[in-house]
Amino acid sequence: MEKRLLKLSVNGEKYEVYINPKTLLVEVIRDHLGFTGTKRGCETVSCGACTVNVEDMSVKSCSVLAVQVEGLNVTTAEGLEKDGKLSDVQVAFLDQGAYQCGFCTSGMLMSATALLKENEGKTLTEHQIREGIEGNICRCTGYNSIVRAIDAVAQGKYKEA
Amino acid sequence: MSSELRYSTFKTNVKYSVINTNVHNVDGIAKVTGRAQYTFDVTLPGMLYGKILRSPHPHAKIINIDYSKALELSGVVAVVTGKDTLGIKQGIWRRYSELCDEQILPLEKVRYIGEPVAAIAAVTEEIAEAALDLIDVEYEVLPAVYEPLDAIKKEAPTIHEGVERNVNVTRHIEWGDVDDAFAEAEKDGYIREDWFRCSGQHHMCMETRAAVSNYTPDGKLTVWTSTQSAYYHQALLAGVLGMREGDVRVIATYVGGGFGGKFELDAAQFCSAVLSKKLCRPVKIVFTREEDFIASKRRTPMFYYVRTAMKKDGTFLARESRMFSNGGAYTGMGATALYLSGFFHSFPYKWRGYRYDGYRVYTNTMPSTSMRGFGAPQAMFCSEQQIEWMCKDLGLDPFEVRRKNAHTECYEVPGQAYIQSCGMSECIDEIEKWAESKGDLGPNRAIGVSSCGFMSGGIFNWFDSPYSFSSAVITINNDGTAELHVGCQDIGQGSNTTMAIIAAETLGVKVEDIKVHSGDTDHCPADLGAWGSRQTLMAGNAVKMACEDAKKQLLEFAYAEMGLNIVYDLDIKDRWAHVIARPERGMKYEDLVKKAIRAKDGQRIIGRGYYTPHRKGMISPAYSYMMQAVDAEIDPETGKIKIHDVMTAHDCGQPINPLGLIGQLEGAASMALGYAYLEDMPMDEGKLLNPNLVDYKVIKAPEMPPTGIIDIHTYEAEGPYGAKEAGEGLTNPTAAALGNAVFNAMGIQMKELPITPERVLKALREKKEQETK
Repeated sequence: MEKRLLKLSVNGEKYEVYINPKTLLVEVIRDHLGFTGTKRGCETVSCGACTVNVEDMSVKSCSVLAVQVEGLNVTTAEGLEKDGKLSDVQVAFLDQGAYQCGFCTSGMLMSATALLKENEGKTLTEHQIREGIEGNICRCTGYNSIVRAIDAVAQGKYKEA
Repeated sequence: MSSELRYSTFKTNVKYSVINTNVHNVDGIAKVTGRAQYTFDVTLPGMLYGKILRSPHPHAKIINIDYSKALELSGVVAVVTGKDTLGIKQGIWRRYSELCDEQILPLEKVRYIGEPVAAIAAVTEEIAEAALDLIDVEYEVLPAVYEPLDAIKKEAPTIHEGVERNVNVTRHIEWGDVDDAFAEAEKDGYIREDWFRCSGQHHMCMETRAAVSNYTPDGKLTVWTSTQSAYYHQALLAGVLGMREGDVRVIATYVGGGFGGKFELDAAQFCSAVLSKKLCRPVKIVFTREEDFIASKRRTPMFYYVRTAMKKDGTFLARESRMFSNGGAYTGMGATALYLSGFFHSFPYKWRGYRYDGYRVYTNTMPSTSMRGFGAPQAMFCSEQQIEWMCKDLGLDPFEVRRKNAHTECYEVPGQAYIQSCGMSECIDEIEKWAESKGDLGPNRAIGVSSCGFMSGGIFNWFDSPYSFSSAVITINNDGTAELHVGCQDIGQGSNTTMAIIAAETLGVKVEDIKVHSGDTDHCPADLGAWGSRQTLMAGNAVKMACEDAKKQLLEFAYAEMGLNIVYDLDIKDRWAHVIARPERGMKYEDLVKKAIRAKDGQRIIGRGYYTPHRKGMISPAYSYMMQAVDAEIDPETGKIKIHDVMTAHDCGQPINPLGLIGQLEGAASMALGYAYLEDMPMDEGKLLNPNLVDYKVIKAPEMPPTGIIDIHTYEAEGPYGAKEAGEGLTNPTAAALGNAVFNAMGIQMKELPITPERVLKALREKKEQETK
């Protein structure tokens, strides 16, 4: 298949990559651009370790072709902090110990970030939080610390005074 | 969502600065910002990608391997088979050559579906994958056997030459007068016997097996790998490659989960190293999820026959158990699981007589090994359910019976173990109170409980390490910061943080003053690694000793510098070196360090520590205790189970980091619930039927119940600052507690794991049939 030029934005920077059209988004992010914070844990779109945000929507980056995000804004875990200042969700994960081995953490953070963004200004029930991260497998924590972290952000505990 | 750590009424006079405060993991920032680099992320200049060709047969002779066509494919650089290796049969029980039975690229025959037969290195992963189809392997298929109770029969095929009836290892544990105690029960007591079948479970680490090997022309090999023990892999790789240990460097900075599955030599490590050594180029091999499922070992499936005798008042007399485990094709860590299962099957109770005979049997299935709990979850599933049923049979209160027979402080398990701290009966008290407070739960819903205990590090040295079990070196810099070098392995359980806390507490500084260096055999002292719940106690003691050594050197100087009476006691706390009786009299730690280094002719202050257990029995220096309750509701129409709540009372001695402790206990509960009612590894003629995350069910966020924890505070004299195991042991009680909840709710006895809707419905049907009879 003939290679083609793909233009996309990752973590606020514009990139141009020359790819085979069947290249997955996760491959572009990890292998072409070197954002290795995004992981892969299965071949069946089951684990969520590769979750990124495309225009604020959470997307499993192994489930879409890179060409499908032509011209769009992609955010990975590396893009959550701004000039060294962590996002509220990242701080909440630290406070709750909402990670252990850390391999699922990037994807989990992106699902959490999208969920919070989608529900900004609304209340978020525990059930909604759990459903919001259903697509992300964490083998270490048992999820409850992650739910507490997302809940703390949703409750406005990290809003600057 | 509630999971506040509730404390029991332990009283202590000791006030710690860092210990028992919530500390963020020292590698937390790296993990929440995507900076943490795992083996999966390592890329080196000129790196090749490897793929492994695996056997489609459960048992077959390798007649010929023709890979000429594969080599012709553009981009393929090399193919290796067993003929390119030294053919060494390796294993982790290095002291026992007969248990070193695995050639990772076998020369003569394959013994399970998925066993590696050849490995390819190519310029891309896709090319390597495509080249697999071009290797032609001629096999002579042999008869195969899959279950231990079949494999042990006389007529069963031989899996390893010279191993009679495929019995890989046996283990006999016995104390007291078992026959006498059973005789007493036959006269005036109660005896019950049951058979149980405990399933396998996959570790399902989020990071699959992965290694990047880089052999260079100077004869040195560096391997980045996802491991629970960098030292084990250094030694194992050196052994199979015919190299000196010192010429092999293993790096494991971040590890995407372990759970007992990542300290034997695996095919990613071995094959990448063989290819790299042949080519003098870096080679990376990452298992696909399917490869990880079919060929990276699993929790050991076990068949248990349990015969237990008690007096009519519930006093335990004796137990006699026989266990047959499905060892799969090779030994691995299975020999240890065989012993520990039999030992913890007696826990946490006092028996007049106890006898266990365990048989680990080879079969033509993927090898089984250690997994979080190390044989104990299976043992407890059988033990704790049978105890519950016996209480019901006799009309006794199961809390009271457990309390009456429970281990207590200073108890000796005859010839096996010395129990120092023990909060078992307090755990039972707390769970009993909690269960009572729940009141009536309504129909088809009940609480089930299970108690258990676990080790804080194994005493055994079947690996034959010439080094102490744990070591640590602390180097204090001129500005007071310190470099802590440890060999213990952080696999997500937070051991680097635990070590930083112990170091900061001992030195009298803050956690941010300590930089922890681990997971690199070139720079860190040898340590057996992260298994058997050993690191907090063993590596923790080594760190404490190293820091005490450094602190002593600093305080010796402080006496001279401050011109103190030598009978005064000095200490350092919160970066302030001072007279204990008059804390205002002192000097800044940072100034003390600067002066002390000058006084030592510029030498940095270096403290050394180590830990090797002695005179602590056969198993472990210390034991954690716990009781767990599961509140479950069963749908009688579908057999489906809804878990409403899980509550645990837990004695881990002195908690070091409550934040980490909660995480470990909640995580254990999720993995153990998976084992109890979701996860299974069904096979058809040796072929795993669910080798992917669509069909292999792990717990996801919506079904995870609340997991409350009541901390029963004890002080363990053998542990650093009184600490002992947390996080592995809690995998043990859950399946039994769920089984007991199902029993209490529906009156059915679950003798097979996992407790699936089909099994529940079958048991309900059988119960109904019996009742109509």
